[in-house]
Amino acid sequence: MKIKQISLFLENKPGHLNAICRTLAKAGINIVTLSLADTQQFGIVRLIVEDWERGRDELEKAGHVVNVRDVVAATVNDVPGGMADLLDAVGAVGVNIEYMYAFSFRTNDKAILVFRFDDADKAIEALKRIGADILDASTLFSH
Amino acid sequence: MNTVPVIENRFWQHDAECMPRPQLESLQLQRLREAVARASALPFYQKKFKESGFSPDSIKTLDDIRRLPFTLKADFRDNYPLGFVAVPRSEVSRFQGTSGTTGKPTWTAYTRGDVDRWADLCARFLVSGGLRPEHTVQISFGFGLFTGGFGLHNGIQRVGAAIIPISSGNSARQIMTMQDLRPEVLICTPSYALKLMDDILSGNIDRASIALEHAHFGGEPWTESMRERIESGLGIRCWNNYGMAECGGPGIAGECAYRNGMHIQEDHYIFEVIDPDTLEPVKPGEKGEIVVTPLTREAMPVLRYRTRDIGIVYDDGECPCGRTTRRMSRIMGRTDDMLIIRGVNVFPSQIESALMQCKAVSPHYMIEVSRPKALDEITVHIEMEPSFFSDSMREMQQIRENIDRAIYGATGLHMVINLVSPNTLERFEGKSKRVKDLRNLKF
Amino acid sequence: MCRECNDKENPLSRADYVSVDEMRNIQLTKLKKIVRHCYDNVPLTRLRMDEKGVKPEDIKTLEDMRFLPFMKKTDLRDEYPKGLFGVPMRDIVRFHCSSGTTGKPIVVGSTRGDLDVWIDGVVRSLVMDGITNEDILQVSYGYGLFTGGLGLHYGGEALGCAVVPTSGGNTDRQIMLMRDLGVTAIACTPSYFIHIMDEALKKGVDFRKETKLRHGIFGAEPWTDEIRAKIESVTGIEAHDIYGLTEVSGPGVASSCRCHSGLHVFEDHFYPEIINPDTLEPVPDGTWGELVFTTLDRFGTPMLRYRTRDITRIIPDRCDCGRTIRRIDRISARTDDMLIIRGVNVFPSQIEAGLMTVDKVLPHYHIYVDREGDLDTIEVKVEVTADALGDQIKSLELLRRTIAEAIKKIINISIKVTLVEPHSLPRSEGKMNRVTDNRKK
Repeated sequence: MKIKQISLFLENKPGHLNAICRTLAKAGINIVTLSLADTQQFGIVRLIVEDWERGRDELEKAGHVVNVRDVVAATVNDVPGGMADLLDAVGAVGVNIEYMYAFSFRTNDKAILVFRFDDADKAIEALKRIGADILDASTLFSH
Repeated sequence: MNTVPVIENRFWQHDAECMPRPQLESLQLQRLREAVARASALPFYQKKFKESGFSPDSIKTLDDIRRLPFTLKADFRDNYPLGFVAVPRSEVSRFQGTSGTTGKPTWTAYTRGDVDRWADLCARFLVSGGLRPEHTVQISFGFGLFTGGFGLHNGIQRVGAAIIPISSGNSARQIMTMQDLRPEVLICTPSYALKLMDDILSGNIDRASIALEHAHFGGEPWTESMRERIESGLGIRCWNNYGMAECGGPGIAGECAYRNGMHIQEDHYIFEVIDPDTLEPVKPGEKGEIVVTPLTREAMPVLRYRTRDIGIVYDDGECPCGRTTRRMSRIMGRTDDMLIIRGVNVFPSQIESALMQCKAVSPHYMIEVSRPKALDEITVHIEMEPSFFSDSMREMQQIRENIDRAIYGATGLHMVINLVSPNTLERFEGKSKRVKDLRNLKF
Repeated sequence: MCRECNDKENPLSRADYVSVDEMRNIQLTKLKKIVRHCYDNVPLTRLRMDEKGVKPEDIKTLEDMRFLPFMKKTDLRDEYPKGLFGVPMRDIVRFHCSSGTTGKPIVVGSTRGDLDVWIDGVVRSLVMDGITNEDILQVSYGYGLFTGGLGLHYGGEALGCAVVPTSGGNTDRQIMLMRDLGVTAIACTPSYFIHIMDEALKKGVDFRKETKLRHGIFGAEPWTDEIRAKIESVTGIEAHDIYGLTEVSGPGVASSCRCHSGLHVFEDHFYPEIINPDTLEPVPDGTWGELVFTTLDRFGTPMLRYRTRDITRIIPDRCDCGRTIRRIDRISARTDDMLIIRGVNVFPSQIEAGLMTVDKVLPHYHIYVDREGDLDTIEVKVEVTADALGDQIKSLELLRRTIAEAIKKIINISIKVTLVEPHSLPRSEGKMNRVTDNRKK
């Protein structure tokens, strides 16, 4: 149920993000989602791609600092409190969220949340218990 | 040579400052013998003397100084912390410090007598540069271990002027204090004076609300063009002096009313100028590395200290002010890679040793010095170690904070820490040139 | 008599031991002179004395002091910068400042003689603490307009110590040079020392084995005996209390001796009175009230009956150390710090005292006061040891309740207690502010 996420170190200089995208494009690797966290001095790019192993290899070959992490992707119900229910469930078992971001494939689609938990397995268990829709790699990439 | 004084010509210790040359030189010789005798109590010099077969009582003329060993900055590090202190601990009255070449500082110790003489030496250049007992002086140097703050503080106290020990920083408060307490004299680094000037000129501040007449600068080298800029911008006189912590701090040389360079306080210091490669004296009046021997320091009798400062000792006759002492030029550069940032001495090796304590960085770094406004800034570009890259912003920020803290611990300065990708910084064969100075200072 | 208390043989401390009669004579002579000086040179004082119908020659005994007008911090603010100076500018050799109640600081000017008086107080404080010319004194108070740094610096130097003027900040470096130079005594605020202590422990530095530190000279902010006990037990040093304020000179107005039972006032320079802050009448010895000082031999910015806002009492009996100069009790509260919570007077020091009685509580806390509806609320966030946090929820709840009860026992109102992780509250390198009162917004 866990999904591999590639993260990259992003220097604070023009063209760096562009170079990352171009490397993946040249190798024919499609980016499912991309999120960017940045400070004045540097940033972190987080990517989910279908063939993460090949993605990692291509990026490393191009000289980028790459790191691969397990994340959890879940859809959130489009009702008030939908998000709060998910957060409550993981909070109750004492799991912390390191970070999260959201995306959707098409307008009107349900939003997909990507989480990095400090204990992914425990979080998945808790989310399942409340019937949350957790996406595995094949469901995610079939969109 | 200037023959017209810019202000009234005054003295603090007239007889010492204007001593006839023969008398001065025999005093120097006597004091040099005493200094060598004090130094020979230190194992460091005992070993050096033994190696060269020098006998401490064989000083017959002033030229014999050339038979003494040099003392290098690195010798302080190798004899850390107090290998150069020649008196028992109970006779040490004060410690001051300056940057060392690695994480440890260089200590300088004073006896009560040293502190006393230091006050007079500072009073000399302050008085020749316009200070009067009825003045109020704003000291915007940092106090603490830095010799600048306390040296000037004691000198001003000796003259009897009133001190506002405001210390550095917070320029809005500095300017408010200038308006409210109306000091006539300002003490700070020249770059801080530039910043204050910019703030005063751009801040809609009535010049008449500020009583400043003089500024004494120190802590970093500055240029004649900076002098002109600040003097015309603020309508004040700016004065230069010279000193370094290893030899006792400010008060080693200072300008007189004629401004023909800085008079060396030769009754307390002997100057030599050498070629840093051959270590031989340069021809009179030529540029070279300044070597200083303090003659009267009891706590730390350092011999022939190689300052790494480049300058000239003039050989063009007596100054019309009446002082018989020789004069020196401004400092024109360094023979090593020391940087002076906001008055703090920084060695690239200090930054390197701090970086090496941090696990997450590779040994590839680049130091960039710039002056975005009036004040200097250092940016350290560091290649990060790929295995330490984390997708968590918190962990990445922690890495930056650890680097900042290590550098601050070693240098006392906060720098801009810029993490860059591996293999992106220039590589060097042989001696690295890891410092880029974008300030373009011309001395 | 306790630990090496008696410094009667030390000429520097002579004035600490003169007979009470002699002391009163000295004080009366000086008082007459300073009152005359103020009347002649400080327009505000003259105006107020004239309003009260008091002339300098009316001061015939020390008790007559009660006819004199008070001075307050607001007077220093209103007369900013030089209105209260008692001498011409050419006789002023130093300015010091303290933060005022508004944007402008308050300014105090000193003559050379005033500086000597100030430093005399610091020297006698250090002698009382057992510091000698063999000691290496690290001064980690901020240097500059604040009197802490330069006061301890020149006091240490006058006594013959080797002074290391590190000033505040850069804690890693403070610890490094404390070890490298074999520092035996440190002067700073108690809150900064606790910070140094924590950082050293984090690095695995054992104070007893790896430093030669024996004395801490702490002041410039109120602190409690409980904090003193904590510092002493962790580091093995002896913690001394030095008291002073810029308005009457700086540190060295009063100091604890090695009996650690109150602070001796250098009353040949600073004449103490305790008044009832409401009626402004003097109270008998032993009664708590507001501390008032008259500077007997400072001429630059002379202060007649300066109201310090500090709350203490004069300890009526003679100290075991044998000194004849009077003692005041530890100053752990200021009228300015007093919080009124639902009509009850609460001092932060009372909360501190309660906290420190509980095991697993660290000396880092912050107090938040707020108002919900018409009701004042008070909360203390306090750091507890990591192992306390690792425990089960049940024992955490128990710890929380124990702390709340310990505090309630002292202040008699309930306070919300929140436990936080070690190192999560802000630290200070100088004076610490431990209270956020949101009601003032």
